[in-house]
Amino acid sequence: MTAEYTATRTSLRTAMVMLLFALAFTALMASMYGVTRPAIEASAQAARMNLVGDVLPASAYDNALLDDTLHLGPTPEIGLPDGGVVYRARQHGRPAALVFEAGSNEGYSGRIDLIVAVLADGKASGVRVVQHKETPGLGDYIDPRKDKNRSRPWITGFNGLSYAEVGANGWRVRKDGGQFDYHTGATISARAVTNAVARVLAFEAAHRQRLYAAPSGSPL
Amino acid sequence: MDTARLREITWNGLWKQNTGLVQLLGLCPILAISTNLVNAVSLGLATILVMGLVNLVIAALRNLIPYEVRIPVFVLIIAAVVTVVDLAFNAWLHELYLVLGIFIPLIVTNCIVLARVEAFAAKNEIGASTVDGIAMGVGLVCVLAVLGGMRELVGSGTLLAGIDLVFAGSQPLAIFGEGYPGFLVAILPPGAFITLGCLIAARNWLDSRAARRRAAPAPQGPAPATA
Repeated sequence: MTAEYTATRTSLRTAMVMLLFALAFTALMASMYGVTRPAIEASAQAARMNLVGDVLPASAYDNALLDDTLHLGPTPEIGLPDGGVVYRARQHGRPAALVFEAGSNEGYSGRIDLIVAVLADGKASGVRVVQHKETPGLGDYIDPRKDKNRSRPWITGFNGLSYAEVGANGWRVRKDGGQFDYHTGATISARAVTNAVARVLAFEAAHRQRLYAAPSGSPL
Repeated sequence: MDTARLREITWNGLWKQNTGLVQLLGLCPILAISTNLVNAVSLGLATILVMGLVNLVIAALRNLIPYEVRIPVFVLIIAAVVTVVDLAFNAWLHELYLVLGIFIPLIVTNCIVLARVEAFAAKNEIGASTVDGIAMGVGLVCVLAVLGGMRELVGSGTLLAGIDLVFAGSQPLAIFGEGYPGFLVAILPPGAFITLGCLIAARNWLDSRAARRRAAPAPQGPAPATA
C-alpha cells in the first residue's frame, strides 16, 4: 500500500516538474516570438520589395505597386493554400505586369516560396525564390545568389517565355520531356520551380481580365 | 575551475573526444552540410553558440531536473534554446541570419548537443559545462572546415564558394581554374562518407603513432633506421 502510494506520488511529482518545465520554456519561446515578430516581419517586407525589383524593372511601371494589390483567397493552383497577394504594375494607367506570390510543395525538403512577375502579354518578366529549404550546395541553385552560373543564373531561363508559346508539354524540366535545364543530382528542386512557374503563367492567362480589372485591395 | 581542468576539457573537445572524428555523433548534419567550406564553417559556428548556451542553461538547472525524466526535459530545453537563438538572429542579426538561418534549426537534429548535455552538463558546474560545450563545438568546426574544404576542392575545384554572402564583395577562389570539370561524387553523400573515413583514419594513425612514441623508451645514440 505504501509502495503504491509512493509510486503514485513520485510520478505525479515528476509529471508536475515536467509540466512546469514545458510551461516555462513555452512561455520563453512565446515571448521571444512576440518580441521579435515586428522586426522579422519588417525585414521580410523589405526583402519582398527588393525581390519585386529583381523580377520587374522599375521602368516597366509608374504606379505605387505596393498599394495596388489583390488578395487571393486560398489558391492551391498556384501553390497558395492560405491565399496570397498579387501586386499590380501599371504604366500610364494601362496594365503593365502582375507580380504573384506563389509557391510549391514539390521541393526536395518542403515548401519553396516564389515571386513571379508576368507582363501584360503573358510573358514571364522574372522569377525569384523567396524562401526555400533545398540542400545547400546541391539544390540551392534555384536561388540566383547561390547559383554558380553568375552571368546567366538558372532561374532566369523563364524570362520572356509565355505559357502559350512554350505549351503545356514544354513547361517541364528536360528529364520530364520539357525544355528547361536542371542540375544533375538536384532535379527535384528545378522541377518544383519549373512546374510552379508554369502554373502561375497558366493562371494569369486564364484570369488576366479579372486580375487587372478588380478594384484595388479587394479579394479576387 | 583550475587551469588543468580547463585544459583537459578543451583537449577533450578538440582532439581526444572530437565530436566529428571520435564520438561520431551528429553525422546527419555533418555529412549533409559539408559540401563546401563556407556552409560547413557556418553550421559549425552556429553549433558552437547553441552548444555553449544549452550546456550553460542545463548546468544551471541540473538540480531541478528529475533524473527519471531528464531526457525529455533536455530535449525540451534544447529545442527552446535553438528556437530562441533562431528568432533572435532573424530579428536582430538579419544579415547573418540570411547566411546561417537555414543551419540553426538543423542543430536540433544534431545528437551531439543532447550527448554533451547528458554526459557533461547534467553533472558539472556552469562554467565547466559552458567551456565543454564551446570546446566540443570548436572541435566540430575544425572537422567541418577540413571536410567541407576537401569536398569542395575535389568536387568543384573551388574554395570558399558563397563567401560573398558572408562578406559582400569577396570572391571564391578557383583553385583548379575555371575549366575544372568537377567531381560530383565528392559533393554527393558518398563523398562525405569517404572523406570523413579518411579523416578518421588519419586521426587514428596520428594517435597510435603518438602512443607508440610514448611507449618506446627514449632512443640511445643514433635512431635505428627502421621505418
